[in-house]
Amino acid sequence: MNQPVWNKDAVAAAIDGLKDKPGALLPILHAIQEAVGYIPPDSVPMIAKALNLSRAEVHGVISFYHYFRETPPGQHTIHLCRAESCQSMNAAGLEAHAKAKLGIDFHQTTADGAFSLEPVYCLGNCACSPALAIDGEIYGRVSPERFDEIVTEVRAQA
Amino acid sequence: MSTKVYVPCDSSALSLGAEKVAQAIAREASSRNIDIRLVRNGSRGLYWLEPLVEVETANGRVAYGPVQASDVPALFDAGFLDGQQHALALGPTEEIAYLKNQERLTNARVGITDPVSLDDYLAHDGYKGLKNALTMAPADIVKQVTDSGLRGRGGAAFPTGIKWNTVLNAPAEQKYIVCNADEGDSGTFSDRMIMEGDPFVLIEGMTIAGLAVGANQGYIYLRVEYPHAHRNLNAAIAAAYAAGYLGKNLCGSGKVFDLEVRLGAGAYVCGEETALLESLEGKRGMVRFKPPLPAIKGLFGQPTVINNVISLASVPIILDKGGAHYRDFGMGRSRGTLPIQLAGNIKRPGLVEKAFGITLRELLYDYGGGSASGRPIRAVQVGGPLGAFVPESQFDTPLDYEAFAANWAVLGHGGVVVFDDTVDMARMARYAMEFCAIESCGKCTPCRIGSTRGVEVMDKIIHNDNRAQNIQLLRDLGDTMLAGSLCALGGMTPYPVLSALNHFPEDFGVPKASEAA
Repeated sequence: MNQPVWNKDAVAAAIDGLKDKPGALLPILHAIQEAVGYIPPDSVPMIAKALNLSRAEVHGVISFYHYFRETPPGQHTIHLCRAESCQSMNAAGLEAHAKAKLGIDFHQTTADGAFSLEPVYCLGNCACSPALAIDGEIYGRVSPERFDEIVTEVRAQA
Repeated sequence: MSTKVYVPCDSSALSLGAEKVAQAIAREASSRNIDIRLVRNGSRGLYWLEPLVEVETANGRVAYGPVQASDVPALFDAGFLDGQQHALALGPTEEIAYLKNQERLTNARVGITDPVSLDDYLAHDGYKGLKNALTMAPADIVKQVTDSGLRGRGGAAFPTGIKWNTVLNAPAEQKYIVCNADEGDSGTFSDRMIMEGDPFVLIEGMTIAGLAVGANQGYIYLRVEYPHAHRNLNAAIAAAYAAGYLGKNLCGSGKVFDLEVRLGAGAYVCGEETALLESLEGKRGMVRFKPPLPAIKGLFGQPTVINNVISLASVPIILDKGGAHYRDFGMGRSRGTLPIQLAGNIKRPGLVEKAFGITLRELLYDYGGGSASGRPIRAVQVGGPLGAFVPESQFDTPLDYEAFAANWAVLGHGGVVVFDDTVDMARMARYAMEFCAIESCGKCTPCRIGSTRGVEVMDKIIHNDNRAQNIQLLRDLGDTMLAGSLCALGGMTPYPVLSALNHFPEDFGVPKASEAA
């Protein structure tokens, strides 16, 4: 399968701008994911070389953290909270509704490429449970009906 | 003169539509040719009233809420800019009982000021603690913190002054101040409220910590789930640098303190201090063996103060008003105040900063107003995913580290998650094991393997497969994890699991002791 095309210059610039910071690897990975949307596997050797690490070490760090991804996300990423506070306000029902509505499970992307669905363990919005975030914007007290409205709104923005 | 209108930029307020409300107010004012000044404050923490709009009047600030964008024209028609009556009018903000009865020391400015305005911070007693600290010897600063009785608010409740003293006395060229802002516990949001609503108080606290122990570099390790906090922290840090409150010559004293925000990447275990340090160093967030303590060998092997956001944000008022002022709040060995977060299935969720000693019952009913669903409250989980489930029979326990420990429970970071009587406690126990399995760093066996085995055992219990034997196995597994895990993730997962089993055995298919007899 072909690797998706990604902007090598953006990755090189991210690495170059941050590699001299103490503990530079996480800032670099964040910058790459911010610029490209994910960490392209082919960028791992570039990162490893710049930081004098092995590729295995870089891969080990990427795979440790839930937030980093090595495949392109959908146009919008929905982070749905599964933690206790949201559970007390029927997050399980919202999760089932969201999966049915989008036709995908966690860690998958809709066929039209519009939405990726990821679980998250607390957005700090526990006073307004259940909560989700889409592209960094947080939504509270999300009923299944509200979920449908939000998805429609976000789709319209695109 | 233009009227000041406050609409919070707090992320929970935004999650309920505050941005649209702010836009609607600006639009409506402009179309009516009314001159207003829109201030984006933090949240007062009265979340059932968010988006809470405040107007500054001759008689002080008055509140309206919860306001939606569609309410805005009617608010203008009713004359809310003069504090007039309306169905959403709540009267003077400070007179709202939920807020009025609190003791806000750490959160003194949250919801009141413009979070990223240094002038506003200075006008509300900001940087008074640092001014004092700059005239004091390092050991005297540490002594004030020790005298205050402040204990780590992240959850472990270790005396902050003792930690600082260890770092002060550790000889090294380079020392660090690290703020643990990886607030991952469900049911907690007080760190977020500080960072979004009053970031300068955290910056000031870290600067004072640097002076106290001889550290010239600080890092705030912030969870990636808090983008609004990230923005406000960076704006406040830039403003502090520009005004000489950070950098190479603090307030002209010649002292140095640099500060930078670093983002985590969605790993709960990085809230554990040694895993956090590994992550800051650019590695997998694997827990370290202790000793050596981070105070001796911390970030990049150097002596490091690592404290939670609330601990550090409590330091400025201690240095401003003295350790004794802070110590005079509280009970027993729990001194000062705790920002308690009421969350989950509760009618009036929010932030309640009170002196230690208030009971859960007062919090749940007097403040919280009972469950949101209107059904009876059956259990509350205090202290995050690693905290015990507390049954109704223990609701009269005062919030005090030792009183909770006596009930085999924890206060943790002060999060209180409420469940009504529809909760299935066996499912909650299973989830606690599942969460541990998902988030385990994998370094120690009791946590890495025990959590996965725990999910399997819970499934057998739920499906009535050899139930009695499996409950015994679950207890044995709990003992192993408690005694054998490297850190609190594996070591405290048995708290929710076994407290659920002990207090709610009927959900595990075991008759209650009283019924069995």
